[in-house]
Amino acid sequence: MTKKIMFWTKLKRVLRTGFFNFWRDSTVTLASLLVMMVTLLVIGLTSFSSAILENTLTELRNKIDINVTFVTTAKEEDILNIKQTIESLPEVLLATYISREEALTLFKERHSTDQVILSALDELGENPLGAVLNIRAREPSQYASVAEFLESDNVLSSDGLTIIDRINYFQNKAAIDKLIGIISSADRLGFISMLFFVIIAILIAFNTIRLTIYLARDEISVMRLVGASTTYIRGPFVVVGVIYGVVAGILTLLLLLFLTYWFASTSESFFIGFNIFSYYLRHFAEIALIIMVSGICIGALSSTLAIRKYLKV
Amino acid sequence: MIVFDSVSKIYPDSSVALEGVSLSIESREFVSIVGPSGAGKTTLLKLFLGEEKPTEGVVYYESTNIHKLKKKEIDAFRRNIGMVFQDFRLLSNKTVYENISFTMEAAGRTDEEIESDVPHVLELVGLSPKVWNFPRELSGGEKQRVAIARALVNEPDVIIADEPTGNLDPANTYDIVQILQKINDLGTTVILATHNKGIIDLLSRRVIVLEQGRVVRDDRASKYSV
Repeated sequence: MTKKIMFWTKLKRVLRTGFFNFWRDSTVTLASLLVMMVTLLVIGLTSFSSAILENTLTELRNKIDINVTFVTTAKEEDILNIKQTIESLPEVLLATYISREEALTLFKERHSTDQVILSALDELGENPLGAVLNIRAREPSQYASVAEFLESDNVLSSDGLTIIDRINYFQNKAAIDKLIGIISSADRLGFISMLFFVIIAILIAFNTIRLTIYLARDEISVMRLVGASTTYIRGPFVVVGVIYGVVAGILTLLLLLFLTYWFASTSESFFIGFNIFSYYLRHFAEIALIIMVSGICIGALSSTLAIRKYLKV
Repeated sequence: MIVFDSVSKIYPDSSVALEGVSLSIESREFVSIVGPSGAGKTTLLKLFLGEEKPTEGVVYYESTNIHKLKKKEIDAFRRNIGMVFQDFRLLSNKTVYENISFTMEAAGRTDEEIESDVPHVLELVGLSPKVWNFPRELSGGEKQRVAIARALVNEPDVIIADEPTGNLDPANTYDIVQILQKINDLGTTVILATHNKGIIDLLSRRVIVLEQGRVVRDDRASKYSV
């Protein structure tokens, strides 16, 4: 046989043997597939959890803001001037002006069920609320400098008097600082714990495949003794490893489809509007690529490494 | 020709398996190596196959020092030796046909050769009807016939049989010995390791007796009596 024909014949034989081994060792195959599926599921869920965490963090960040309440006598023109100045700051993402009337309407809406407050408000006869400037920074850590800026003389009215009644940043500072701390440590902790789980899962898959090859050690020694070359012995085992990866990958993707569909509405209410099912569909190509490549690599690599020990005869 | 020149094998636990063994086996010869368990029969065969390295001495096959061969050359050398074991050592998840064709595939034979030779060799050992069975579906005697067919199919120069009848009843033992004799008549060197006295008496061929790792007798045509 010429070398080229020999190569294709060998490849065909290796693939055929690998496929037969996968098919015939049903118990071993089932066990390996299940373990591999768990591993790939952990890897798949890692990408979900990082998306969920990121989404939750963004939502939380959006909830942090500064409310500057002005004295009731402040002129709207002065407030709008301040708004403009603030908007020009690089740290500020958005500044929203809420007039005294709007503040009153919002207040009434919020307390629509509390008759005592509403009647007290009526008795006052005039609007006790000042206008409010709601400020959003680009990053939570930038609120301190925004607040400092508001404290300075830059925001005096045209008469040179301060028209700011209070800035709630200083009241909320402790809570905001704590939140920023939680956010950054959740980021770190999330990454470390995911890495930990992924490593454990890969080790378990690797060990399972090692066990399947351990079961075949006598057969490997027979193959060695009839003069089969290293490549020829190793080939079918690597093929089986790759088939484990592909089949487990497909099953994992299907399982994720069911799981995410099942938990779609729960996830939406639990993770502040994060729909896990639509996230899965939107990022299917990415997730499928990660899972399939991981499966194939883990399968092929585990077989290659595990069989080395038994090829020494 | 196979030559053992002052070969000793001492295992790492200091147990002496072979001590100063020198012998030569001509091609086309039928040699029985006998001796009680632990006499060094299996070690002798393992040294010849390159599974073990001698502590001292040299093993030659056709003037080649077996233990100087590279890994690839060892593979090629083993393809020229057929092996039969007491525990059959068939590949459990392959059919009878595949167990035999695997050896041919390993030797780089074409699909056409495999398709024509496997049925032929199965006919020789009388197992044609069991071609698609798995080893677990065969009796001990049938398994050993598959093992012999596997050893035979690449038309090796030497066949080594390590206690091939150890797990068989007298009727099957007789059949296996007959097959080995037939193989030898067709021109293949056969080395048979056994402690079955009956087989030796049946054969009346050369007998090498090993005891505690030493050759204590080497008779051209002998009966086994220790």
